[in-house]
Amino acid sequence: MLRFALRRLALALITLVILIFVIFLLTRVFPSDPARQLAGPFAPQERVDELNEQFGLDDPLWQQFGRLLVDVLTLDFGESFSQPGEQVVDLVRPALWKSTQLVLFALVMTIPISIAGGVIAARKKDTLLDRGIVTLGLASASIPEFVSGVLIQYVLGVRLGWFPAIATPPDDAGFLTTLDYLFLPALAIVTVYFGYIARITRAGTITALDSDYSRTAFMKGMTTTAVVRKHVLRNSLQPTVAVTGTQIGYLFGGLVGLEIVFNYPGLGRLIFRAATAPDFPLLQAGVITVAVIFMLCTLGADLLIAWMNPRARLNLGGQ
Amino acid sequence: MTEHTHQTGDPGAPFDDEIHTMDIVEAKGVIDAHDDLAEARSGADAAAERKQIRAERRRLLLRNPGFIIGMIIVLFWVLCALFPDLIAPWGENEVVRLDDGSTIPRARPSSDAWFGTDSIGNDVFSRVIYGARPVLIVAPIAAGLSVIAGALLGLTMGYLRGWVDEILSRVIEALLSIPVILLALMVLVVFGNTRPIIIATIALLFTPVVTRTVRSVVIAEAQLDYVTSAKLRGERSLFIMVREILPNVTGVLVVEFTVRVGYAIFTVATLAFLGFNAGDATAADWGLDVSNNYGLIQSNQWWPSIFPALAIATLVIAINLIADSIDQVSKS
Repeated sequence: MLRFALRRLALALITLVILIFVIFLLTRVFPSDPARQLAGPFAPQERVDELNEQFGLDDPLWQQFGRLLVDVLTLDFGESFSQPGEQVVDLVRPALWKSTQLVLFALVMTIPISIAGGVIAARKKDTLLDRGIVTLGLASASIPEFVSGVLIQYVLGVRLGWFPAIATPPDDAGFLTTLDYLFLPALAIVTVYFGYIARITRAGTITALDSDYSRTAFMKGMTTTAVVRKHVLRNSLQPTVAVTGTQIGYLFGGLVGLEIVFNYPGLGRLIFRAATAPDFPLLQAGVITVAVIFMLCTLGADLLIAWMNPRARLNLGGQ
Repeated sequence: MTEHTHQTGDPGAPFDDEIHTMDIVEAKGVIDAHDDLAEARSGADAAAERKQIRAERRRLLLRNPGFIIGMIIVLFWVLCALFPDLIAPWGENEVVRLDDGSTIPRARPSSDAWFGTDSIGNDVFSRVIYGARPVLIVAPIAAGLSVIAGALLGLTMGYLRGWVDEILSRVIEALLSIPVILLALMVLVVFGNTRPIIIATIALLFTPVVTRTVRSVVIAEAQLDYVTSAKLRGERSLFIMVREILPNVTGVLVVEFTVRVGYAIFTVATLAFLGFNAGDATAADWGLDVSNNYGLIQSNQWWPSIFPALAIATLVIAINLIADSIDQVSKS
């Protein structure tokens, strides 16, 4: 198990370094004269030189890339372009915490609902209920997050007025009040990810129900519910765990649109503002943060699967 | 979604009696190895059988409710994109004027303007009709380019393998570990907000996932007898890839293309919402119209943003229904 974990970790680190290189290309190599963009078209050349000096933009590229890797390791991304005097890390940290709250709340709702939906669909395979769950999941998962966000905001937040339409709780809000404010954006996330997770759980459950061990259990006279609980879920949830792990990373991409709709000061809105400023150090830090989260989630999912099923340890991730 | 669409191909689908392409492929391989005459004959037979399967699949598709509903919705939007001036009562930037010449900005939906008017006084219904155009230009081209690029890469990597495949696979893994929207934001900020760049960006960012799918299918195909026998005949790799393997993975490519169109619409709309709509601030564009008007929802002026939002929703759902039914039928 330890051996598996270490090899899997090494693989994840290689992936991350390649990704940081791609981000480096996009933010430091391709933009022509970022210091000029930052200073504005009418700024004197001395100001541009000064900025180049300050951010080390004149150094050889390999040196800049090396420095970026060190920055990532030491969590020091320097000063923001767009908000002079602010450390990038101090801007990313609170935003990350805000987004994490939102995502955790959404996952706490999504995972049980979707697994239940998937198992029910599998047990009622080819009935109207099954078709309904699958089609609803497919439909709601294919809608962009900002669209579900706007629709939910209008119907539940404005028309019916059940929940706050804007997700900015007052500073002294307690736990429940915060949940109340976060409910609508979290619900938008649920509608998107219900489809993915329910679908994969359904497929896994159907396969597991068809297998020899389930047939034996049925022949022993166990009820379907008991078979599902004791034998099927343990096996059928493996793909579910894998997909959930991957999706958490992608979820942060969807946050960009959602956090703008609900005016929520999270990582998605931060990355969007950094991109339009453009504030390259902040953008770099934001995107690398999402990449690290993705890496940790997929890594966590793989380790969980390996722990659930020793056979999975043999076939090391990838391929 | 691709991944689990593939894994969830309905095992219980009622089409089990159909002849599987794989069987024919294997049979063809065996005969290939025997003699040329048999090969010619079996080639003709196999071709006839393939044709029959295609006809059968078309028939199944046309009976699939998801496919029919999806097609009707998509055709409607395609008509809107082609002939908006015939369907829309007003131009995309034309201000609605009543008979007495007065304008009615911010009007609720009524018989004067079915979907109401926005704060400028434009007709929301007309803007929704015109808004089909940018999405339906960008998304299919971007999806098509990504499938072509992904097919070429996947075919080469999956058949030739070796260290190039190893390295590219790592790069693909890395690119897949960042949400497309974030990478697209970075690329568009750096290279500019124009239509060709938006198309190229989406095509580029979709290529890794297409490559991965095609590559894994090609790896499976390359182990089959018909490929082995082609190798024994001494065919060149290029010939085997293009003439032997490619025809057997076209089904996967078709599914992949439809799925990618759905995601491309998703991405185009989201980018437009974030302000990247090829730089035309007044053109009718669903994502942009939502972005310009969602702030008004709280003062209960819902119509200028909710109608374009529903337009996006119907189009992506329709494309996904089509993709899903093609996937089901091609698995059967």
